[in-house]
Amino acid sequence: MAPFLRMGCLLPLMALAASSAVAANPQLSLSDVQALNRFTYGANDSAAAVYAASGRAAFWASQLHFTGDASLPPQASAAIRQMTISGMPARDIVNAYEEEVKRLKDLPEGEGRKASHKALNERYHFVVEEAQRRHIIRALYSGNQLQEQLTWFWFNHFNVFQGKEKVKLVVADYEETAIRPHVFGRFRDLLLATLMHPAMLLYLDNAQNAEGHINENYARELLELHTLGVDAGYTQQDVQELARILTGVGVNLDGKPVKVGPRLRRYYVSQGLFAFHPHRHDFGDKIFLGHRITGRGFDEVAEVVDILCTHPATARFISRKLAVYFMGDEPPANVLQRMQDAFSASRGDIAHTLQAMFESSEFWRADFLGRKFKDPVQYVFSSVRLVYDGRMITNYKPVLNWLHALDEPLYGHQTPDGYGMKQKDWASSGQMARRFEIARLVANAGPKLFGPPDSDNAQDMPATAARIAQPDMTQSRTSSLMLPLLSEKTSEALAQTKDNREWTALFLSTPEFMYR
Amino acid sequence: MQAAGAAALACGPLRLWAVPATVAKTRFVLVLLRGGYDAASLLIPYQSSFYYEVRPNIAIARPGSGADSAKALDGTWALHPALSRSIYPLYQAKQVAFIPFAGSQDKSRSHFHAQDILELGQGYDARLEYGSGFLNRTVEVLGHAGHGGVSFTDNLPLVFKGKANVSNLGVKRGDKHALNQRQSDLLEKMYEGTSLGQNVHDGLETRRQMGDELQQEMIDSARGAANAKNFEQKARRMARLMVDNANYSVGFVDVGGWDTHVHQGAAQGTLSDRLRSLGEGLAGFAQEMGPAWRDTVVVVASEFGRTFRENGDKGTDHGHGSVIWVLGGGIAGGRVAGEQIGVSYDSLFQNRDFNVLNEYRSLLGYVFARQYGFDNTGLEYIFPGAASARYAFL
Repeated sequence: MAPFLRMGCLLPLMALAASSAVAANPQLSLSDVQALNRFTYGANDSAAAVYAASGRAAFWASQLHFTGDASLPPQASAAIRQMTISGMPARDIVNAYEEEVKRLKDLPEGEGRKASHKALNERYHFVVEEAQRRHIIRALYSGNQLQEQLTWFWFNHFNVFQGKEKVKLVVADYEETAIRPHVFGRFRDLLLATLMHPAMLLYLDNAQNAEGHINENYARELLELHTLGVDAGYTQQDVQELARILTGVGVNLDGKPVKVGPRLRRYYVSQGLFAFHPHRHDFGDKIFLGHRITGRGFDEVAEVVDILCTHPATARFISRKLAVYFMGDEPPANVLQRMQDAFSASRGDIAHTLQAMFESSEFWRADFLGRKFKDPVQYVFSSVRLVYDGRMITNYKPVLNWLHALDEPLYGHQTPDGYGMKQKDWASSGQMARRFEIARLVANAGPKLFGPPDSDNAQDMPATAARIAQPDMTQSRTSSLMLPLLSEKTSEALAQTKDNREWTALFLSTPEFMYR
Repeated sequence: MQAAGAAALACGPLRLWAVPATVAKTRFVLVLLRGGYDAASLLIPYQSSFYYEVRPNIAIARPGSGADSAKALDGTWALHPALSRSIYPLYQAKQVAFIPFAGSQDKSRSHFHAQDILELGQGYDARLEYGSGFLNRTVEVLGHAGHGGVSFTDNLPLVFKGKANVSNLGVKRGDKHALNQRQSDLLEKMYEGTSLGQNVHDGLETRRQMGDELQQEMIDSARGAANAKNFEQKARRMARLMVDNANYSVGFVDVGGWDTHVHQGAAQGTLSDRLRSLGEGLAGFAQEMGPAWRDTVVVVASEFGRTFRENGDKGTDHGHGSVIWVLGGGIAGGRVAGEQIGVSYDSLFQNRDFNVLNEYRSLLGYVFARQYGFDNTGLEYIFPGAASARYAFL
């Protein structure tokens, strides 16, 4: 079935062959292929086979709950199990780091100590590297693609930056324990898990927020970015009151018991690296969004989290953000309303909210499909998934480099707003040109991707890998399923390519492949 | 005032601005030092005993006290010795002015917030419109005179976000994979008439030029030209691209690594290395611009200054007022300009930092007014609510 894609082929032939490919697989309509591009990071033959076997509704329904690593191929889950971050709790990593920092303080000041400090931080960068690799393995190979996309989505919603001070030590744990188990659950649980994680508390400085030394940073972002959204009608006064409520919500990094006087001891809360320090808390009453909050320690936080999670502005804000991620910059008002209603009726159940979107007729309508401009993460993952399909790559360096080159590295957004989700955020002239270059790299990266880990040298590759390294895209059923989506101009350009690799690179560069 | 400005931002330009035809050759570049550089190590208030008292480990020695001492600029200020071969000669040629006690009035001392505020340029009380950076608004106002923006960064920075179409290109990496002409043509054809068509065209065009620049560089280096370092290499490339492309008249680049909380060094050390490389880059840029340097203005700024006292780690923490640099072949430089006060214990802001007496929006507004002949309506659109100011360097 391949030859029609090869060089010099004629357009009518191509269209003919494409439609026969669809005909040979009657279960997958064009809208199915397009929807598959949304349920997953990107359609490929293996995902298409599962989709065809289970049918449309059963496919997404089976993805709507947390399955951990159960749907990973054994080779992939083994690779994750072998990582240090899989065996070493965050608490141990932080404690070990703190120990070493203490030891460095005994060294004489000067260049030597500085160098040791730098070396120490470089050594602990392994946490970030492993977490990135783990994230990519799951994104490319997990059978529960919705779960992996939402892990990225919610991390980005509750963004932390690994480059800020000690955040790098806990970023893997943040994704694994605060984000991932909750991506389909109650929004409240997700929010509270981030609120009680050292990554967030360190990143947005709430670890320093104490009575008499107010730091509003986290309080503000909690309202503006995490729940209500800007323009939801809260005031500077609300921000200040929330900051007071959050005083004492912090961390305990060295593992030593915190000294709390007998009077306040019963208010002390400690869980792993999280700690609520009652002696730093402002016990006065507060007025927040019109509610009187009686000063009583960490229970105040639980109360305001409830207020925020049941607020209609939160339902609206979260629904829109999810819809933008899957459907594009301007999701239809109908869909938004249904999602918002589902969110409120289910008390913030994320799976229900998503279900409302997937069940809406607009989600499947031709005029709303293919409208979401992929951000670089979606673009790179969809490309690699399509070209290399189920064959597990051994070297993740190139994938990391591509994300970096496109300015969207994992855990690499400095500011709490997370990466932008809209076309205008990622379609600048420089970005487009670089995307085309990345497309070419992806199409030719086989020898590197299947070479030794962390290698940038194709020569290092074992001879056996070389044979499977550069797949023939013209054998991909999925890409031929997508052909009818292509405009006449796109098809004409593809027909002028010189060989399979150039065809692949150009296919990944088409306007149609930029959207999902 | 603020509210009116924000409303104008939301609606876009209400009328065509009158931009004089003579601005055609004029170029402007903003260099943003991300991280908050220690301005008190750039301009040394060498008459202030307070300075030497509170910086026992990181102060720069008084002019004339040895090889590592500061270079006197006037009776009050001296320049970091790492700049003595790059910026000092330009200062003597009256092509550099420094404005101390300058910067943004944001008091957050947060990098993120302060950079956002600076790049948006919308003031301090207004609701921030994140889709509109001040350089983009500048290009918008200039738009009718055939000027365009170019950002020498991997992604479009906040300062350039907005309605005007602005190209961006990182000038450091990924260049060896440039596409050949046939492939570029195929790509352009595919995107013709789509909403991405213009960006694809601009992007490919810019990359092609980058390719040419790099080729020229390889030829040059084969002739034995000196191998420039990091920022200098990038800055020289920027200059060549700007000279070759008349449309690139408003440029932006950022340089990181200024957040010197720990062991920043004095005449030698981390900060000194940074300053040297920055200075060499700027001097290289000036040289590479050739005759066009006369009509070019470069402004160097940072999101905030640092604490005037050194901290317990022989570094400095986040502060407030900074020093803004203005460079250009045609400016009346060779002076330390703007509002100033003595440097002493009493004159510090919140008992820790330099004050801001020269607000950066007023300062840039003045530069734009002089350079481009903008009227008040144009300036008000770029920097809503900014007070007007005058400076002697331009």
